[in-house]
Amino acid sequence: MATRIVMSKLSPTMEEGRVLSWVKREGDPVESGDVVVEVETDKATMEVESMGSGVLRVILVAENSTVPTGTILGVVAAEDEDISELLAGSEKVAAGIAAATQSEAAAVEASTEIEAPIPSAQPVATETIEAPAGDGGRVKASPLARRMADEKGVALDSVRGSGPGGRIIKRDIEAALQPGAPATPGATAAAAPIEIDSGVPFQRVDLSQIRKAIARNLVQSLGPVPHFFLTVEVDMARALELRAELNQSLEGTGAKVGVNEILMKTAAQALVQHPNVNVAFAGDHIRRFTRVDIGLAVAVPDGLITPVLRDAGSKGLLQISEETRELIDRGREKKLAPEEYQGATFTISNLGMYGIDEFTAVINPPAATVMAVGATQEKPVVIDGAIEIRPRMRVTLSCDHRAVDGAMGAEFLATFKGMLENPLRLVL
Amino acid sequence: MAKKMAGIKDSYDLVVIGAGPGGYVAAIRAAQLGLDVACIEAKLPEGGLGGVCLNWGCIPAKALLESAALARHVAHDAADFGVKVKGYSLDIAAAVNRSRQVSDRLTKGIKFLFDKNGVATILGRARLAGGKQVEVDLNDGGAAKLSAKNIIIATGSRPKTFPGFEFDGDRVISSREALELTRLPGSMVIVGAGSIGMEFADVFDAFGVKVTIVEALSHLLPLEDEEIAGVVARSFKKRKMTVKTKTAVKSLEKTKTSLKVTVEAPSGDETLECDSLLMAVGRTPNSDNLGLETEGIKLDDQGWIEVDEFCQTSAEGIYAVGDVAGAPMLAHKGSHEGTIAAERIAGIPTHGLDKNNIPSCTYCHPEVASVGRTEKQARGDGFDVKVGKFPFSANGRALAAGAPDGMVKIVADAKYGEVLGVHMVGHNVTELVAEATLGRALETTIEEIANTVHAHPTLAETVMEAALATLERPIHI
Repeated sequence: MATRIVMSKLSPTMEEGRVLSWVKREGDPVESGDVVVEVETDKATMEVESMGSGVLRVILVAENSTVPTGTILGVVAAEDEDISELLAGSEKVAAGIAAATQSEAAAVEASTEIEAPIPSAQPVATETIEAPAGDGGRVKASPLARRMADEKGVALDSVRGSGPGGRIIKRDIEAALQPGAPATPGATAAAAPIEIDSGVPFQRVDLSQIRKAIARNLVQSLGPVPHFFLTVEVDMARALELRAELNQSLEGTGAKVGVNEILMKTAAQALVQHPNVNVAFAGDHIRRFTRVDIGLAVAVPDGLITPVLRDAGSKGLLQISEETRELIDRGREKKLAPEEYQGATFTISNLGMYGIDEFTAVINPPAATVMAVGATQEKPVVIDGAIEIRPRMRVTLSCDHRAVDGAMGAEFLATFKGMLENPLRLVL
Repeated sequence: MAKKMAGIKDSYDLVVIGAGPGGYVAAIRAAQLGLDVACIEAKLPEGGLGGVCLNWGCIPAKALLESAALARHVAHDAADFGVKVKGYSLDIAAAVNRSRQVSDRLTKGIKFLFDKNGVATILGRARLAGGKQVEVDLNDGGAAKLSAKNIIIATGSRPKTFPGFEFDGDRVISSREALELTRLPGSMVIVGAGSIGMEFADVFDAFGVKVTIVEALSHLLPLEDEEIAGVVARSFKKRKMTVKTKTAVKSLEKTKTSLKVTVEAPSGDETLECDSLLMAVGRTPNSDNLGLETEGIKLDDQGWIEVDEFCQTSAEGIYAVGDVAGAPMLAHKGSHEGTIAAERIAGIPTHGLDKNNIPSCTYCHPEVASVGRTEKQARGDGFDVKVGKFPFSANGRALAAGAPDGMVKIVADAKYGEVLGVHMVGHNVTELVAEATLGRALETTIEEIANTVHAHPTLAETVMEAALATLERPIHI
């Protein structure tokens, strides 16, 4: 039994992946369950294990090559096994025909009777990325839709297909060409090369998977998602006091509570009170989530990841703190599973540590909100007719107006501010 | 309430009224999806399991057309083909008998499929009684009252005629009687040159009846592309049929020995004398006497039931499919609607019916088939049109079959190569139209059709060549 090592589709949005490094070399013995290769998806680094034992007979995709999901990366088989049949099949897979269904578990009976020489390891990757420029891999579209898209300069991967299995058909291109449509030619900027001819010397930095994903998602945002922004200034004195007291009492336990965790807890509590903000706009309906899952934007060396704390509304501050730290640690190492960084119902992005006073954050669809948090700074404030120096923090809520109206957002923010300024309630 | 027929339950998930191609497909599909289904069929002369299509429409008509084709071959071509036939005679009664056998076999097949899928077959005349109750006057006597969570009305349509031209079942007839003529008239006037009129003209002409076709509009098969219809007109005229277009019937006088039909032709009024008059001027919906008013179901002013894209009527949970839900009156349209309604009721994802991509077929000789816009419609809709044509006279298979009369015409959008319409006339083109329909469903452009390898020698090569012709590079012409 020979086993294919395949670039599997590891998350719903994954269309391609990069081979980071081969843990095994050609000729190395491999046991079932051994890690053979490390691959990078649009969000995380994953280890690919062999489902069978033998020898890593051939490496088909070189390190640092990006290939569509479904591509065969290599073959593990017995030392004298004929694997020519598998390799012949690899071209088909590489061409994307079997893309998503081909899992690493796909093992094929190979004949041991014919001693055929192993074909030289052609890097399939070079042949696989021939999809038209702007395509993130294989896009299902009718010939007519392709031709219309071509003529009109619409990138197919910016169009949502309404045909069977998401196939892009004529009406989708027509819809994309409507003024104000979600997918306009402009929305293709993420993938299509942009001509910049300024004469300034530059160094070309290739897009990492994560950078591509950010671009793809966020360029879709400011276009089709009508944002508006609400800013409020919060007095953080008591919240900081609370944090200090808590941490004092926790001394020696190893546990610690950070400002972000307090913000997450506060937001979760406020969202429980304002379920009309804990929503997503879903085209023909609004999805009002019955659980509060808070995402926290975390900077990583080549981008951004948003670990999600599930059911934050029902968790205590300590538990939130512990779980968040653990998620962040793994996020920085790119070890998060897709379900650990997708599907937040509310997201907090805090740039306070960079000294940013206030900013607006871009909503990451399909979420309907994101909260941008600035630095807490000492400021003179008028309280009861007297000027006092207080630690103040400005937060700005970005709202998808299709789902959240100004008053809804404002009421939520008022509750959020009130809770943060009277934080004892949080501990209860 | 009178006694019930054994085996009839009080309630069903779905009650389908009518077992024609709309109703029986809906019943089977719903049963496949796990619903408890009953299908009620009145089995009156125009009905029976399989509806008009299997019993008194598509199927027996096709059987008679095969007889006609054979008769024509023997009369005209057989000797050329090296088959010399001596002393043959035509026997319409035998042809009709064969057509009945074909119908019977298919009708029994429906019963088998119902049993296999667990669809309860109820024979009787159904009527809505409000509150999703269905009353049935059972054919075996007695009555039943069923309550249904959902209802599909699939009661079809029946031939209509003009005032003064009422059917008498003997000399003034509809397609229904025409399918059972065992004694042929010497001459026949056929009013209406749609599919039905044209097919009967073909059959009766082949069996020696002197046929005159009267059509009020400007060309035969008025719904088809004019150029395509022209090929059929030439063929019919070559066979000595009289074709009168732009001619309307005015009055009918019945004498003991003949019928005198007065018509208004462009050249003035004239009187056509004949033994038999076949009225093929359209159909009228079977939406009366159904109790539709008890559920407040909306009809249009012609009596067709109004439905949405998933075949639901104005009454929640009550659907209508097939002819009774409006044009085009085609069995395959009804069957697809049946599927859509059943899937909708079962709550699984389904597709709306693309009414622009329903093929239409006429089985006279030469056959006519089409899908999509005619050249005239495409221009009228503002398309920049490219037309590609390819004649059967340049196709090897057509010539081998002795069928050089025919052509394929593709109407394409010049800008994107979208296949706007495909029109065909000739030997077996009713089988070729599937390629065009699938191509349109998949939104292929003419390039894909032109670039697809078509087997040689086949009639289907004419489709590829017509596509090449729209690209101005046909090979064989």
